Amino acid sequence: MEVPKELEKEADDFICHYPQEEKGSASLPLLHLLQREFGYISDDAISWVAEKLGTEPIKILELVTFYPGFRQKAPGKYHIRVCRTLSCAMAGCHQTMEKICELAGIDRSNVSHHDPIAISTDGKFSIEFAECLASCGTGPVCLVGDDFHEEVKPENTEQLLQQYK
Amino acid sequence: MADPRYIAGKKPHPRERRMIFRNVDRSGWDASIATYRKDGGYRELKKALKMKPAAVTDEVKASGLRGRGGAGFPTGVKWGFIPPDNNKPIYLICNADESEPGTFKDRYIIHQDPHQLLEGILISSYAVGAKVAYIYIREEFPEGAVILERAIEEARTAKLLGKKILGTDFECEIYIHRGAGAYICGEETGLIESLEGKRPYPRIKPPYFPAVLGLYMCPTIVNNVESLCHVKHVMAMGGKKYAQLGTPRNTGTRILCVSGDVQKPGYFEIEVGKLTMGELIEDLCGGMKKGRKLKAVIPGGSSAKVLRAGETYTIRDGDKEKTIGLPDIPMDFDSLAACGSMAGSGGVIVMDDSRDMTWVLNNINTFYAHESCGQCTPCREGSLWMKKITDRMLSGGGVPSDVETLVSVGNNIAGRTICAFGEACAWPTQSFVAKFPEEFKKHTSRRNIGKALNPETKTASAGLGD
Ligand SMILES: Cc1cc2nc3c(=O)[nH]c(=O)nc-3n(C[C@H](O)[C@H](O)[C@H](O)COP(=O)(O)O)c2cc1C
Ligand code: SF4
Ligand code: FES
Repeated sequence: MEVPKELEKEADDFICHYPQEEKGSASLPLLHLLQREFGYISDDAISWVAEKLGTEPIKILELVTFYPGFRQKAPGKYHIRVCRTLSCAMAGCHQTMEKICELAGIDRSNVSHHDPIAISTDGKFSIEFAECLASCGTGPVCLVGDDFHEEVKPENTEQLLQQYK
Repeated sequence: MADPRYIAGKKPHPRERRMIFRNVDRSGWDASIATYRKDGGYRELKKALKMKPAAVTDEVKASGLRGRGGAGFPTGVKWGFIPPDNNKPIYLICNADESEPGTFKDRYIIHQDPHQLLEGILISSYAVGAKVAYIYIREEFPEGAVILERAIEEARTAKLLGKKILGTDFECEIYIHRGAGAYICGEETGLIESLEGKRPYPRIKPPYFPAVLGLYMCPTIVNNVESLCHVKHVMAMGGKKYAQLGTPRNTGTRILCVSGDVQKPGYFEIEVGKLTMGELIEDLCGGMKKGRKLKAVIPGGSSAKVLRAGETYTIRDGDKEKTIGLPDIPMDFDSLAACGSMAGSGGVIVMDDSRDMTWVLNNINTFYAHESCGQCTPCREGSLWMKKITDRMLSGGGVPSDVETLVSVGNNIAGRTICAFGEACAWPTQSFVAKFPEEFKKHTSRRNIGKALNPETKTASAGLGD
């Protein structure tokens, strides 16, 4: 794993946000940087963060396995998170999920708590359910990468996917 | 990307009283420091820095401000818990985790008025003696984090951050810390563990009250985004004057977020207690959807106990008691508590008569089963069992005794856990089953065993994993 210089510089900047003897606080920020760069958190990434922060890899691994925001395998080119929680469910998010999967060619039959992400056959899209995204009045909502989308009714899903080439 | 819901010039409802949301959807407004300062921004910080820190805290105490993050604890009182003989660093944390289902207010402050938040944080940091403040923002607000980052840069350039702020001896830095998708990071001690770079396992209170033993075991004040913004307005008005807004013990304004089966869901800033549930639904949200009747309301985020249409409650009115119905409940902390629920985070979820209450509870149970941090056995196992039981009720695999089992699982969580998540996950089960027993019985009656009740239900419970 090759960590670009600029990224290492960003990491060093983050570490400065916390007291010198509390470097561990930079764990999540560093993991975010690596996931942004590589798409997921590899074993090498875990070792890199541990070394950078002067801690054991297990201390970093236990974060990656706990926090749903970190992935241990590569997602699709565009990663979609559809809100599953009550207000969005009442607005039809399950139908939205089904429609997106149908259009993008994603099979979700094997997802589970520990492996929640499904990827399209062409690798372009991956998808998972997320819990309440704090926009319950405009559901169903979803994130595609860092882009937020509201009122994603089944009939709007085709237009949504077309934005991502 | 522009703020998705930014509707420049969208007028607030006449019944609203906008302070915190004054600039949300305001035409000609943007998130820059220039716009904020042209509008009088950072004036209250200047005012505060001319006062003694203790005097600022006194104003906040006099304002009666109660936390808007969920528990409604008086902000000034919390600040007063920092030990007077403390010689460790003091930290301030802004809780921007906004993850209680049904809540969507902090999002708009962050996206559209970030400097209001920074000013609130700076005034509060000055009052409590914090030289470093962290904004813990949920990972699912990537755009919000960028906007805040930019606002912090602008403030630093304007010498509103760092050393010698506004030419005084006050120094303060604000850093953004992004979470990673776990609801429990909204609980203040879980948040602190997460900020320390650990799994967000909540700490037990006592002894770990953050104001005494918080971040790095130093005194730490954790406040919600909206609460910190209110501090700015307390400075602007003075504590006494602020306390005249709203109703006694329930002062100021607050933002209510309405979602679910109403004509016009949305956010509304009202004077606390000056509006009833009925007015909120009928006037501000345009009533129920065509041809539908109100069935139930969750009044303060998904953890709040459900209220059923047609119920009556006894609340205090001065020194008398009176009986009221669901539409008559004043939207404030004490009234909702007197009705057996809570004002919580201000997230109001409205359900009409097309909704199956077992389906609704199952959705909520799925959330809690997924989000339990797993430290306490009753919560970890119980939240999962409540989900599994409602799962099988919906898929036609329930048996009549399931209703009782479900409630007994809930009863054995509440009060037996490290953090308030235990109550948060038990209350929905306890209240839904107590208030809609017929629906749970219907799903588990011998006649319905083997039948999944409706197609919507089927999609809802499919593919969620365990
Ligand atoms: C399970 C759980 C989740 C919580 N989530 C949030 C949250 O997302 N945002 C928030 O501000 N407070 C949340 N809280 C409340 C915090 O623990 C804390 O009381 C609050 O941030 C204090 O700020 P306030 O006094 O300004 O309300 C949560 C509490 C619990 C028990
Ligand atoms: S009550 Fe639940 S969420 Fe809270 S500490 Fe215990 S297991 Fe974790
Ligand atoms: S329920 Fe989907 S955003 Fe809150």
